[in-house]
Amino acid sequence: MNFLPPTPRAPAGPALRVMRQRAIQAATVVLLVSTACFAIIQSLPGDIAFRIAAGRYGYDQVTAASADTVRAELGLDRPAWQQLLAWLGDLLTLDLGTSLVTGASVAGELGLYLSSSLQLAAAALAMALVAGATAGVLAASRPGGVLDRLTTLWVSGARSLPPFLLGLVLILVFSVHLGVLPAAGHGTAGNIVLPAVTLAVGLSGLFARVTRDTVAQIRQSDYVRFAATKGLGGGLVFLRHVLRNTGVTLLPYVGVQLLVLIEGVVVVESLFAWPGLGHALVHAIFWRDLPMIQATALALALLVVALNTVVDLGTLALDPRPRRRELVL
Amino acid sequence: MITPVQRAAAALLVLLVLFAAVGPLAWPDHAAQDLSRFLEPPSLAEPLGRDHLGRSVVARLAHATRLSLLMAVLCVATALLVGSLAGIIAAWRGGWIDTVLHGLSEAFIALPALLVVLIFSAVANGDLWTLYVGLALAQWVEYFRMVRSRSGLVLAGPAVEAAGMLQLGPTHLVRRHLWPELRPLLTTMATFGVGSSVLALSTLGFVGIGIRPPTPELGLMVTEAFPYYHEAPWMSLAPVLVLTTILIGLLSLRNKEARL
Repeated sequence: MNFLPPTPRAPAGPALRVMRQRAIQAATVVLLVSTACFAIIQSLPGDIAFRIAAGRYGYDQVTAASADTVRAELGLDRPAWQQLLAWLGDLLTLDLGTSLVTGASVAGELGLYLSSSLQLAAAALAMALVAGATAGVLAASRPGGVLDRLTTLWVSGARSLPPFLLGLVLILVFSVHLGVLPAAGHGTAGNIVLPAVTLAVGLSGLFARVTRDTVAQIRQSDYVRFAATKGLGGGLVFLRHVLRNTGVTLLPYVGVQLLVLIEGVVVVESLFAWPGLGHALVHAIFWRDLPMIQATALALALLVVALNTVVDLGTLALDPRPRRRELVL
Repeated sequence: MITPVQRAAAALLVLLVLFAAVGPLAWPDHAAQDLSRFLEPPSLAEPLGRDHLGRSVVARLAHATRLSLLMAVLCVATALLVGSLAGIIAAWRGGWIDTVLHGLSEAFIALPALLVVLIFSAVANGDLWTLYVGLALAQWVEYFRMVRSRSGLVLAGPAVEAAGMLQLGPTHLVRRHLWPELRPLLTTMATFGVGSSVLALSTLGFVGIGIRPPTPELGLMVTEAFPYYHEAPWMSLAPVLVLTTILIGLLSLRNKEARL
């Protein structure tokens, strides 16, 4: 996706600044998550050298001597800070290690999880945006009307129903009682519907609310009234003046909601057995599969940063007016 | 200023807190099994019946509600205290302290709260203290960022400058200048924080990596009761009802302006 057309409307300066800030943020996130994972390994009871030796030679073959060999070979007798540096060095060379449970390379499995998580997140976000923005625009056309009040109800309803409960309700209605959609699984087109809808419901209410307030406010503005005065048709005014300016408010808001989306992805994936990053993370924690925990946690955190960067650049492209402070959260 | 909706929400929450406070005293034993009373329907003595292991559902619900509310309030209080203090120090001192704290908050703001708690819960087997530390750690950053930016404005203002010239001291500054400015926002954030903490706890329990089974927990109770939904719907509905009441109550408590 190219959010930076080389037109005078989107100068490279602010975009570069956004990228730099986000890159620093990404680096801090990686450092934080990775150090936390290292700390977890260090705090685990038992001698890690014995564990690795058991993994290599089998539980019957572990002796103090073989553990010593492992310790010397992997440098486990070094002070903790040296080991931490080595650990971070591994990460820098993109060596994520192998899963303690499946024995497969973590990096290989990660690609699969990432793509299915992205699928789910994209489907949910698209649904939420379309539904929320449409409801918001319609509600704003008659403030105080039936649709407006329905939207308010929808917002508070979506807020007070946590995603896992909503997912359960959807499973009960559509899978158990009606039997029209599969409750869990992956592969066919019908599988994505329930998890994506679960995620979208929570997000769409908020999007509807923001769109409604923004559109109502923009409709009152001088430039919209001027556009109408100079004879532009209702549709053109809406398309050229209202919609774009709504996007300027809505897009940063989408950025704020990304955290909610990613949290929702973790929950919803576990509930619907969707083989994504969240599902993998929960299972890795259950099995104490540390390389996997680190990789999935890193991927999820970096996903937030990456999506936020896209949102920032999109905001810049939509609204190239110079501003004192960048919209970096 | 107080709307009927807010009054109703407050009443609901008071009822729930009473249930959480008195319930565990009225039904002290939540672990007593009686397998002959497997999935007993509600009666006068057992208002919510018994679960699949013959345990009293109302006793478990009371203990779970107490645990959720206590944990949530404790986590929010810790996060609020730590975050606000760090924010005030960062705004006050500036320099490298501010740079370090702000850099740290930049990283934390990109981490979904649930992820922080999940990583933390990998350390121990659903011990209460890891959940507590994880939840507090996930939330401090919101308070830090708000307090830092607000106090920066207040501390640079003429009122604080005058107070400094009168040598009124830091206690006076915090009490008379910072606190009145920060209080309304902090209370709103804290109300919301309690709700999200309760939600995070139950979500973890539901997914199966929060509090461990014999301890009753709202999300865990939903998971345990769900397979028996057809035989004993009240068992699943009770924890769901408590959970949604807490969330709706806290949401409606806030002012109309602070909505969203």
